[in-house]
Amino acid sequence: MVQTASREARGPLTQAFFDRIAAVAEGEKLKACIQCGICSGSCPLGFAMQYPPRRLIASLRAGVMEQVLQSNTPWLCVACYTCTARCPSAVGITDMLFPAMREALLMQGVGVPGELQTALENTFRHGNPLGEPPSKRADWIQEVDVPVTDLSADPREVDILWLVECYPAYHVRAKETVKALARTLHALGADFGVLGQEERCVGDSQRLVGENGLFEMLVEENGKTLDRFQFRQIIVTDPHAYNALKNEYPKYGVNYPVQHYTQYLASRLEELRPMLGELNHTITFHDPCYLGRRNGEYEAPRQLIQAIPGVTFVEMERNRENGLCCGGGGGGMWLDSFAYEYAKERLSEKRVREAARTGADVMAVCCPNDLLRFEDAVKVVGLEGKLVVKDIIELIDEARKG
Amino acid sequence: MLDIVVPIKQVPDLVEELEIDPSGTALGLERTRFVVNELDDHALEQALLLKEKHQAQVSVIALDVGDVEETLFMALAKGVDQAIKISGDFGPAPDNHTTARVLKDVLGGLSHNLILTGVQAIDDLDGQLGILLSSYLDLPYVGLVSGVQIDEGGSKATVLKELPGGVKAELELPLPAVLGIQAAEQPPRYVPVSRVRQAMRTATIEERSAAAEGNGHIRVRRISKPQVGAGAELLEGSSEDIAEQIVGILADRGILR
Ligand code: SF4
Ligand code: SF4
Repeated sequence: MVQTASREARGPLTQAFFDRIAAVAEGEKLKACIQCGICSGSCPLGFAMQYPPRRLIASLRAGVMEQVLQSNTPWLCVACYTCTARCPSAVGITDMLFPAMREALLMQGVGVPGELQTALENTFRHGNPLGEPPSKRADWIQEVDVPVTDLSADPREVDILWLVECYPAYHVRAKETVKALARTLHALGADFGVLGQEERCVGDSQRLVGENGLFEMLVEENGKTLDRFQFRQIIVTDPHAYNALKNEYPKYGVNYPVQHYTQYLASRLEELRPMLGELNHTITFHDPCYLGRRNGEYEAPRQLIQAIPGVTFVEMERNRENGLCCGGGGGGMWLDSFAYEYAKERLSEKRVREAARTGADVMAVCCPNDLLRFEDAVKVVGLEGKLVVKDIIELIDEARKG
Repeated sequence: MLDIVVPIKQVPDLVEELEIDPSGTALGLERTRFVVNELDDHALEQALLLKEKHQAQVSVIALDVGDVEETLFMALAKGVDQAIKISGDFGPAPDNHTTARVLKDVLGGLSHNLILTGVQAIDDLDGQLGILLSSYLDLPYVGLVSGVQIDEGGSKATVLKELPGGVKAELELPLPAVLGIQAAEQPPRYVPVSRVRQAMRTATIEERSAAAEGNGHIRVRRISKPQVGAGAELLEGSSEDIAEQIVGILADRGILR
């Protein structure tokens, strides 16, 4: 289709989009784009987008935004941060451009994919995108054989406040990582507690999906909850929560020291190391976008894996800042059917094939999205029996017992 | 001008497990969260679709039960013109006879060409509210509706009904009328949280009160959870054990070889 540069009249969608861009400080940076195309070439889903980032910005400048907003593009970004990390002009494609398009669509109620709508409604009503009962958030504590303080039932001052997050608290598979972390924290003699029924979603993916009002509501509620408890620092199971608490919550005045659990354990590696027995595995590691590319933490997870005696560690071809996204970020967990319709292959399926090519028998992860998506992908591409997906904390827990 | 009124109802949110009141004749509602009845949400969506097409005026009315304010603010955020909360001595779980009597009084003072309500609610599966309203107000009624068209002059409605066996029927009825909605023409829309919060800050819910006279003369004798009957077999063990057992059962029955 040949496009002219003639300016269309701004429809309500386009107006809502520009209102949002004008409202954010980084909006101005769109002007700095030099149309180099690095973003489009780097985007793992660019091939499926009707308007990959460079073309999208060109259309925006040409004043033909309405058709971009109505294309498949706004919902295909998985917020992997590759484009933003590589852009020579520091254009906020991931944090600003895509969320603004999505917010315009949400505000006008245009083409919001059903799965996503359900996840957002669940977050609003129940404080978790899965639609699980808030009263059962801490039920996993009953399934673990070490004491865990539920501060909502037993408020006291603790050294570490552990935000468990939604998938780890409820999902039958992800819960295993939570139990393993509880056991390891206990073994280290850490003084920790969880918020139990008072915990609500941290909301980073809801932010990236353009539901800024929902994100702000969660920040307010979580800010108030955190204020009521006494602790020295927060640790989180999920890199997305880490990102939000580190980079987004402070913008709203909610400011607490936070570490991803791998960072905390790496800081106590000398105490942990003597507890670890041998594990005979060849292990490769998938960098979660929101620990690695977005926040520059590449070492802590690798240190933990390499501290386990008997392990051979191998890197995938694309690693660290070049790691391929699992496809679950930025709401990707709730846009799976939508993305599949256009991409015909999940990023997680590509990624487990890459992991298998290293010769590893274990693919280590440290993000709940990764665990669930890769385990499914292993089954889809027929790698069952050849490649096992494990969270780093599960490997540590096994090594500690073994 | 087309005036649409949507009576909506609060029902227990099934995300949390239901509890039975110690009396054994009602649900224990103390810790229950409420949510709008799903089919009433469809009725509201259908009203909003008609509003977009015909510049209709939409009012939502509800008895003050459960978390009704949240539901009414969400309706305001979705774009309804008026939200009315009715208080009265009808208790925490009024039946449809009581509800219809309360609503008919309020509807009497409210201009209406079209009343849209969910065809039934999940808490009683009674399905009579629309019918009772239509008889009190002496209006035609069609239930199980899944599509509504209004003619140019706003004098009649053509409604779609899906009958069993994959047959569809189109029915025509004069307005004003009452319709029991089975499904809106599209799924209920998403309303962004910023809109809901803005409605909570700036919009108002009108309050009316109405006397509840009488009820349906139906007395609940017992409410209970289903019991495991004879002949049912519960599979127990770890996920792997259960999976093995299921495979075994399927093989036994000749479904798997
Ligand atoms: S990488 Fe940055 S500068 Fe280059 S086209 Fe993309 S947005 Fe523009
Ligand atoms: S964040 Fe990732 S998925 Fe989104 S546009 Fe950038 S490269 Fe593509």
